[in-house]
Amino acid sequence: MADKKTPQLDELQNGQWPSFVTEIKRAAVKNEASKDLLHLLERSYEEKRGHWKHGGIVGVKGYGGGVIGRYTDLPEDYPHLQAFHTVRINAPSGWFYSTDSLRKICDIWEKRGSGLMNLHGATGDAILLGTTTDQLQPIFDELSEEGFDLGGSGSDLRSPSCCVGPARCEHACYDTLEACYNITNAFQDELHRPMWPYKSKIKFSGCANDCTASIARADCAVIGTWRDSLIIDPEEVKKYAASGMNIQHVCDGCPTDALKYNAETQELSVIAKDCSRCMHCINRMPKAITPGKDRGATILIGGKSTIVQSAFMGWVIVPFMKMEEADDFEEFKDVITRIWEWWDENGKTRERIGETIYRLGMSKFLTEVGLPAVPQMVYRPRANPYVFWPEDEIKK
Amino acid sequence: MAILDQGPLNYKENIPPIIVDNYGKWRYHENPKAGVLKHVSETGAELYSIRVGSPRLVSIDFVRDICKLADEYCDGYLRFTTRHNVEFLVSDAAKVEPLIAALGAIGLPVGGTGASISNIVHTQGWVHCHTPATDASGVVKAVMDDLYEYFVDMKLPAQLKMSLACCLNMCGAAHCSDLAIVGVHRTPPRIDHEKIRKGTEIPSLVACCPTGAIRPNPKEKSVLVNEAKCMYCGNCYTMNPGMEIIDPQNDGIAILVGGKVANARTNPMFSRMVIPFIENNPPRWPEVTSAVRNIVETWAANARKGEKMGEWIERIGWERFFTLTGIEFSDKLIDDFIFSRETFRTGAAFKYE
Repeated sequence: MADKKTPQLDELQNGQWPSFVTEIKRAAVKNEASKDLLHLLERSYEEKRGHWKHGGIVGVKGYGGGVIGRYTDLPEDYPHLQAFHTVRINAPSGWFYSTDSLRKICDIWEKRGSGLMNLHGATGDAILLGTTTDQLQPIFDELSEEGFDLGGSGSDLRSPSCCVGPARCEHACYDTLEACYNITNAFQDELHRPMWPYKSKIKFSGCANDCTASIARADCAVIGTWRDSLIIDPEEVKKYAASGMNIQHVCDGCPTDALKYNAETQELSVIAKDCSRCMHCINRMPKAITPGKDRGATILIGGKSTIVQSAFMGWVIVPFMKMEEADDFEEFKDVITRIWEWWDENGKTRERIGETIYRLGMSKFLTEVGLPAVPQMVYRPRANPYVFWPEDEIKK
Repeated sequence: MAILDQGPLNYKENIPPIIVDNYGKWRYHENPKAGVLKHVSETGAELYSIRVGSPRLVSIDFVRDICKLADEYCDGYLRFTTRHNVEFLVSDAAKVEPLIAALGAIGLPVGGTGASISNIVHTQGWVHCHTPATDASGVVKAVMDDLYEYFVDMKLPAQLKMSLACCLNMCGAAHCSDLAIVGVHRTPPRIDHEKIRKGTEIPSLVACCPTGAIRPNPKEKSVLVNEAKCMYCGNCYTMNPGMEIIDPQNDGIAILVGGKVANARTNPMFSRMVIPFIENNPPRWPEVTSAVRNIVETWAANARKGEKMGEWIERIGWERFFTLTGIEFSDKLIDDFIFSRETFRTGAAFKYE
């Protein structure tokens, strides 16, 4: 294979954006499987199709997930890709690494795998891309020795992830990094041993800007918010005005017309009960406007991508919940455990929690997991009279 | 032997001293130039984050390169963003420009903050996925090369988040992106009865089809597909390798626009299909890059400052979007799946151009 040309991929080394082809070639210098990958990919570019088969069952002792089998459908032509499995490493909260940590991964992966990885996968794991079956257990053992653990795969809790949070953001309404770390540790069994109808994801965003896209891609989205009024610093407002900022333009963008500016006095005020906490004005004027003091999170359920019953965005099931390290995030753990139990009992195979709720009805879901119905859960009430009345509300 | 269930590395041991000292104390941030964020703490400390584009699929050499820079300029720490950029966290303002120069020397672009294009969240594609309708890394490379100027500069109306999903599974939150590039299959699965007979649970395979297009075929001890009902999602292929969905002649790319996840001003929105199909044309997919550029530049030329793609389109109306971009509207863009009716216009007020 070594002497074969790769003209199509070579073309992708041109241009200013850093090239993945260059990365594969760097790995190919040291590793035969990466060399085969380069040539297999060139063939895919010629034939306009992938050449990977379904995952066979591979694993490490004690876990049902964390590694994913991958085999090429052309093992005779690309013998080093006969098995080219994936290992998922649960990344630290906020994807912060010391260079020591990253180098430890590199050293193990240089010795036992292709030397190629994704930093990161869409769910947030550090993905080691391509190794053989016999290397899986030694890789896990060595990663474990260095303090790493594997991420989720299959029908289990996928590795939770979080935004940069209080580590480097003034908007964070709760400690997303600690919540992610604490809650991930509390559900290690659910993460490593698939036992549910399908996968389940949790993402922690510190505010309604939702940098983790939790509403779109997490079965459970935990989005930071506050209950009292946002806080305006009048001095900083004046400084923004002096700098030439069009503050009326910021008010014009307020979706609920809650923000008022007096250009003469340079005073900015908010009608707190009208504010929907969307983050617009805070994003525009971070020095002058901050979230309120009574902070917590909104919990949304059901977000998922398109397959199978269409894409769902998460919807509100708890408008406000305190998210405090001091009480060990107890309320959240309690609610999510009840939700998973309900889904486990009612969900069909390959049905995400949102689809199960949609099939069986929000009313049944809320009643059975013990969450009170509140108007914040809907944009508007139903337009039809087809209520499933419970028996105890009917006269006999 | 591995220790079971020890959990991920503790983030507390992986954050730099300046963040340990200022955790939860950040007061505000500024964006002095593309790719540079300046966060100021209530303690007075200043932290500069240098955001760097990454191909995401990287070698250990790449990782060691960025570690070397982090050791030299950032006390031995770095992080990655939700959009797969690398971020260098610099506590000494004097090191910002030297770091940017050092990054330039190894070909890494600094940008992706504020009113710019961030890195494209993407999937595995032909590199490592079993159901792709297109490649992921190659299309991303071609599009980012073409739109490079919008990564390293902040000259767009607002932030533009793009995603690529290499099949109709739409992994990677492609469904709520400002602009989504999605691999699509267009033909029903070809059934390999031989493979199906090998240990398939027929009822599960029948049940997995969202449109009820799969029926048992007792004669063959296999299944049948009602081709008129199939919309080529490939769920059956994921369940069973005997339902071959990949079709190089007919697989390609669709473009969806106008999604968002942030709640600022407007609610989160799904991306909507505007181009149903573009043929795969590797290695540079020129028809895709020019379609993307056209949409981005039409938005840039017409949107108000601060207006996201979806907000702009909703304000001017989708009918005007098609006029302004010159993209052809067709029946293929009218939804006929499960939740279609909410997209039909149930009012008599609209525009013509």
